[in-house]
Amino acid sequence: MLQVISLLVENKPGALMRITGVLSARGYNIESLTVARTLDPTLSRMTIAVDVDAQLRAQVIKQMNKLINVLQAADLTETPSVKREMALLRVRSSVSNRAAILKESEIFGARVVDSSTEGFALEATGDSEKLDEFIDVMRSYGDIEVTRSGSVAVSLEVKKLRLSPPVPKNTPVEIVTEKLETRN
Amino acid sequence: MSTSTAHRTSGAESKLMSGAQTLLECLVCEKVDCFFGYPGGVTLPLYDALYDHPIRHILVRHEQNAAFAAEGYARSTGRVGVCCATSGPGATNLVTGLVDAMMDSIPIVAITGQVTTKLIGSDAFQEADTFGITRSCTKHNFLVKTIAELPQVIHEAFYIAASGRPGPVLVDIPKDVFQAQTHYTPVSEIHLPGYKVFTEGHTGQIRRAAQMIWDAQRPFVYAGGGIIAANASDELRELVELLDAPTVNTLMGLGALPADHRNFVSMPGMHGSYAANMGMSNADLLIALGVRFDDRVTGRLAAFAPHAKVIHVDIDPAEIGKNRVPDLPIVGDVKRVLQKLNKVLHDLAPANRDRNTSGRAAWWRQIREWKEEHPLTPETSNSEIKPQHLMREIDRLSGGRAIVCSDVGQHQMWAAQFIRFNEPRLWINSGGLGSMGFGLPAAIGAQFACPDKLVFAVVGDGGFQMSLPELATVVNHGLPIKIVVMNNGYLGMIRQWQELFYNNRISQATLDSFPDATMLAGAYGFKGRTIEKPEELTPALEEAVRENGPYLLNVRVSPFENVYPMVPAGGAINEMVLGPPQPVVA
Repeated sequence: MLQVISLLVENKPGALMRITGVLSARGYNIESLTVARTLDPTLSRMTIAVDVDAQLRAQVIKQMNKLINVLQAADLTETPSVKREMALLRVRSSVSNRAAILKESEIFGARVVDSSTEGFALEATGDSEKLDEFIDVMRSYGDIEVTRSGSVAVSLEVKKLRLSPPVPKNTPVEIVTEKLETRN
Repeated sequence: MSTSTAHRTSGAESKLMSGAQTLLECLVCEKVDCFFGYPGGVTLPLYDALYDHPIRHILVRHEQNAAFAAEGYARSTGRVGVCCATSGPGATNLVTGLVDAMMDSIPIVAITGQVTTKLIGSDAFQEADTFGITRSCTKHNFLVKTIAELPQVIHEAFYIAASGRPGPVLVDIPKDVFQAQTHYTPVSEIHLPGYKVFTEGHTGQIRRAAQMIWDAQRPFVYAGGGIIAANASDELRELVELLDAPTVNTLMGLGALPADHRNFVSMPGMHGSYAANMGMSNADLLIALGVRFDDRVTGRLAAFAPHAKVIHVDIDPAEIGKNRVPDLPIVGDVKRVLQKLNKVLHDLAPANRDRNTSGRAAWWRQIREWKEEHPLTPETSNSEIKPQHLMREIDRLSGGRAIVCSDVGQHQMWAAQFIRFNEPRLWINSGGLGSMGFGLPAAIGAQFACPDKLVFAVVGDGGFQMSLPELATVVNHGLPIKIVVMNNGYLGMIRQWQELFYNNRISQATLDSFPDATMLAGAYGFKGRTIEKPEELTPALEEAVRENGPYLLNVRVSPFENVYPMVPAGGAINEMVLGPPQPVVA
């Protein structure tokens, strides 16, 4: 089973590299990764789905929480949460197929975002399995092209966010004006 | 304030200064008295500012050694060591030192120059992606894009390096940031909302730990580098004496409990003593303090301390349960946790002290038996100098008080076995990474930090030859380091493994052509000598220590000696090979 990790991170250069580094250093392959700004523009929310050995999941979370740019890393794999993914599909279809494609889209709750003589562009959201099915169905109608967003997840449990408060910097010391004593 | 002191700010008013001056100002604020580095193209503005600045810069001969020297400085004092290198090759040469500091949790700050911001990413001359390269070998790293953020970043770097689980932090500064001008105002606070440091330890867990400790019949204290990083030796000693528990210090923790302390058993692990490893294997409670259950200590993990409940105290939550799942974890600064734990143990003592006395007395008897059964005794011979004998003589001269910086290999293990350390921060070695070439530059850093201490660089003939260029640094500054080369003409540990596990096929482990030590030292302008007879050993070491300046003592030791006891890789630590196979009589 894929591990789903939700992270709240500082929106800074290199933050993504540090997080993926925790995974790549251990040879884990990331299945999907989404990242976008939060209400607070200095922070980003990241959702990662990754294939991690079950007994190492806690270790991965701890290593991510150690990163200075990470405010919070949480494992959503087995906690109550909602996971959604979006897919954009371009379906080439003959005139005879068009009605069936529309009907099928309706069943999956997908929307038509573009329509042309070539076919349709469709937008679908749902959990990953549902999208897999939708894509399978659409494939049976002909050539398709798919772009998936990867999972985004939100925890259904309120988790207290613990942030470190500012630390006063020691007041600067008086500098020794002479060259520090050189031995020998 | 006159203009001549313009670069020395102590007030809060802002002054126009360059990025380079700002950096030096910040270093002074951090109480840095010296740092180790090597200049280059993009750090020229920094070195220009340094020209008439009071802070002291030590010019090393290779950037790797700047990092090792900064580590030696940090390891011997607990203060943040600082090193500096230019962009590209300068920065890449620092990498080994950064990983070394990362593995052993040593606080250092590395400053690297970077090409001008506009050129970053253009494959400019001496450009390397230092920020990317050092991401995984630092606790944190920064690329400073504007001068405005420079002071904040420098202070954050020092704060991150020294706090929590210490480690290396790198700050990459482009040339134009060094050159830009800014109105410098001292930084008043550090705000890192995502930087979580757990120091206090959970009170309930500490209480439970105390009860577990009093309940144990065969408690065993397993103390490591964390005790030294946290300056918790006094607290450790109080705990050990309160419980009268046998105690081992790991390779990184030697000196945490004085070697002469009656409760000190020795070092555990792959080359640990029989008593230490048997103690670990038979304890019913392991009190693990500032350790990480390293594979060189635990041997085969599944067979490690099979009868013991484990209390694990560590400041890094990621160490808890990483290798051995503890029965009782406590996340916190081991000094603070031990202070609290000792107090609770004291409070509980009246009701518990006499409960397990017979069990504990039997446990001590058992440990003493193991000690007597297979003691760590140095080999000696009348015809050749045994390496163990050499270490015992260094130990005699040190009396548990000298700083010993070792390199990596057989000599490191013998030094750890036979040289006593009665204080923390005397034993300086590359434990986790095992970087050859560490010993001499680390000794340079330690001697700068502790000018009044006797500093030995105990090195093998392999590692010594990796650090040769630093002889010039030693001489430049008249550092009275005693360089003792344990010269067996081999990469000894490689030869030992090839002998034991690769059918004695000694492949590329022979080190011929070692230079004449007298001539080598003489070429640099200091004294050196080679000895090979056992009767020469004591007078030669004494002569080296008497010498005011540096001394190079090349000790030809018996070439085929191996380090024992030894736990073969993948073995359980109670399955030690205690000595060489006995010769077959034909």
